[in-house]
Amino acid sequence: MESMSGAKALMTAMEKEGVKQVFGLPGGANLPMYDEFARCNIRHILVRHEQSAAHMADGFGRVSRKPGVCFATSGPGATNILTGIATAQADSAPMIAVTGQVPVAMIGRDAFQESDIIGMANPVVKYAFQPRDASEIPEVVKKGFFIAETGRPGPVLIDIPKDVQTNTAEMVFPDEFKIRGYHPWTDPDIVNIERAIDMLMQAQKPVILAGGGTIISSAFAELQAIAELLMIPVVTTFKGKGAFPENHPLSLGPIGMHGHAEANKIMSEADCVLAIGTRFSDRSVGTFEAFEKRLKIIHMDVDPAEIGKNQTTQIAVVGDVRASLRVMVKMMMQKTVKKSEETPWTKHVKETKEYWKQNLKLHPGEMGAAKILRKLRELLPHDSIITTEVGQHQMWASLFYDVIQPGTFFSSTGLGTMGWGFPAAIGAKVARPDVPVVDIAGDGSFNMTENSLATAVLEDIPVIVFLINNFTLGMVAQWQRTFYDRRMIGVDQGKCPDYVKLAESYGAQGIRAQSMDELDKAIRTALNSDVATVIDIPIDPEEDVLPFVAPGTSLSDMILPS
Amino acid sequence: MWAILSILVENKPGILFKVTHLFRSRNFNIDSISVGVTENPEYSRMTITTYGDEKQVSQIVKQLDKMIDTVEVKQLDEPKTVYRELSLFKIKVGNANDSMEINKLANAYGAKVHDVRKDSIMVELTATPDQTRAFEELAKPFGIIDVARTGVAALQRSAS
Repeated sequence: MESMSGAKALMTAMEKEGVKQVFGLPGGANLPMYDEFARCNIRHILVRHEQSAAHMADGFGRVSRKPGVCFATSGPGATNILTGIATAQADSAPMIAVTGQVPVAMIGRDAFQESDIIGMANPVVKYAFQPRDASEIPEVVKKGFFIAETGRPGPVLIDIPKDVQTNTAEMVFPDEFKIRGYHPWTDPDIVNIERAIDMLMQAQKPVILAGGGTIISSAFAELQAIAELLMIPVVTTFKGKGAFPENHPLSLGPIGMHGHAEANKIMSEADCVLAIGTRFSDRSVGTFEAFEKRLKIIHMDVDPAEIGKNQTTQIAVVGDVRASLRVMVKMMMQKTVKKSEETPWTKHVKETKEYWKQNLKLHPGEMGAAKILRKLRELLPHDSIITTEVGQHQMWASLFYDVIQPGTFFSSTGLGTMGWGFPAAIGAKVARPDVPVVDIAGDGSFNMTENSLATAVLEDIPVIVFLINNFTLGMVAQWQRTFYDRRMIGVDQGKCPDYVKLAESYGAQGIRAQSMDELDKAIRTALNSDVATVIDIPIDPEEDVLPFVAPGTSLSDMILPS
Repeated sequence: MWAILSILVENKPGILFKVTHLFRSRNFNIDSISVGVTENPEYSRMTITTYGDEKQVSQIVKQLDKMIDTVEVKQLDEPKTVYRELSLFKIKVGNANDSMEINKLANAYGAKVHDVRKDSIMVELTATPDQTRAFEELAKPFGIIDVARTGVAALQRSAS
């Protein structure tokens, strides 16, 4: 037992959890915590807006699979991180958000910079704590990290009143604790795994649908083993993109609203799907009814509440998907199931894939989305990490940037938060300074958090922003062209700002690439640079993302390039 | 279908808010709710009645179970459950005959009569929601001035 302040206990407890850095911004109500940075080994990375701090922590968490930590002050600081917390929750990313709060005696009195952040954040956190006594802090931190990173990961908020930070107490740092209502681990469900194998083997047209849970649990080898053992084609959700190497002969890429044509076709024809770690989002499956009518669904998920939420399933396997898949592989080996032989289905899958490889019409311009993204793929090492913003560029990345090393592609897929990609790339680079980290961006999204250039430059975190610039809020513009008779309202961003000058004004490197040659050089320069780089790539503002499955229709009704 | 959910929660501030917020954010409806501390002061028991098809009710149970502050969530089997709510009815008395009739009605439902005034009577009824509704229908012709209902409290009978 040791006597110390709440703020000191917070930092000590975080050090015990292995925290090396915090992304944040100081203010009145979290100053006692900030003062402790002077006396501990945790690095502080200053942001220019609290939303970015949350996205950086999120990017760090997704890449390292350990919770990233962000700090904000009370009131507006806390409300500013809400979007980042909601983003992490929607994508099941581990995060610890620590906010300052007005002193206990001031709570509920509409004090200066008071906000009821516990009340506001409740629906978008995995859990929230508000210690009212300094002595609670060590256990709160321990529990918070445990909750954030186990089971289905998620953000945990710790809101600490200012006097709780400054008060001194006898601190006990527990090794063990009990949370009666939280049971993140279950044993693999052997019975249902066996039923699932039988169902898969009886299916004529089986497909594996790998969701984000496959990436969160790093079930890459297990997924590949099952696909290869049974010769089953693999499609993914957008969040699951890169759960399976996209250059693998059995890979068809993401399904969904902007899925690959071959993936949507094969998904529409399948008779049985092994769905791994997915919530069957509307963006992935189109209409739920059409999806479940013709399909036998085996659903594996760590979260029991996902079973039957969006889709009715024939077989549910609850548990960590990696553990379940491991058991599945083992059982298949024992059963000596059919080995890699060609069936009419696998032949058809191969032909469909080949057909779309040859026949999907691409934009004819030199700087079409497919061409520039394939150029990026060609020049990036396979272990490079990609983040994206939200919009057309994101869907083009899904269509044209093949992820080869599993688990190297991250995006705000659930909440769809514009401005996520750049700060998340900074967080990712902090987690993996040894590999290139590239934010595939659009101009609209980049605008929202571009001031993180200051953090990238001053904190020496050299990420690359691959800015696919159509001077437009492109996805909205595409919907207006498609569904609103070309009435273009509120989408023209003008040629403002000049992104090369913007980057330079922050001390970053700005390069404009207007031809394939220039792009090639720009990417090489950025990769060899030790400063953050923005590659501004002007493109045709009229280029659409195609194929396109209109909302509320089924995957077989794709709008194709004409 | 009508479902009775029995939810054992940590007896801490803010849990009622979280549970009711879950119903709102997941687009479920609360028909009635009652909360009280259990024999172990660390826990409270919430009894919530709700409407939904089987899939919705099962989803509510799963979402409640996922909450870290809930220790145990059960959908009670109605035929095997004792469930009651307490209601107070303030009923208008128009004439002396009304007073007698209301007393008779209360007697028939095993209800207690309180606060007998010249122009109103208060009746305390402990019954199932169906019985309470039936009582309310019969009391309506006299004129109901006010009603207060507690929501259902429920426990499943022990297995024999």
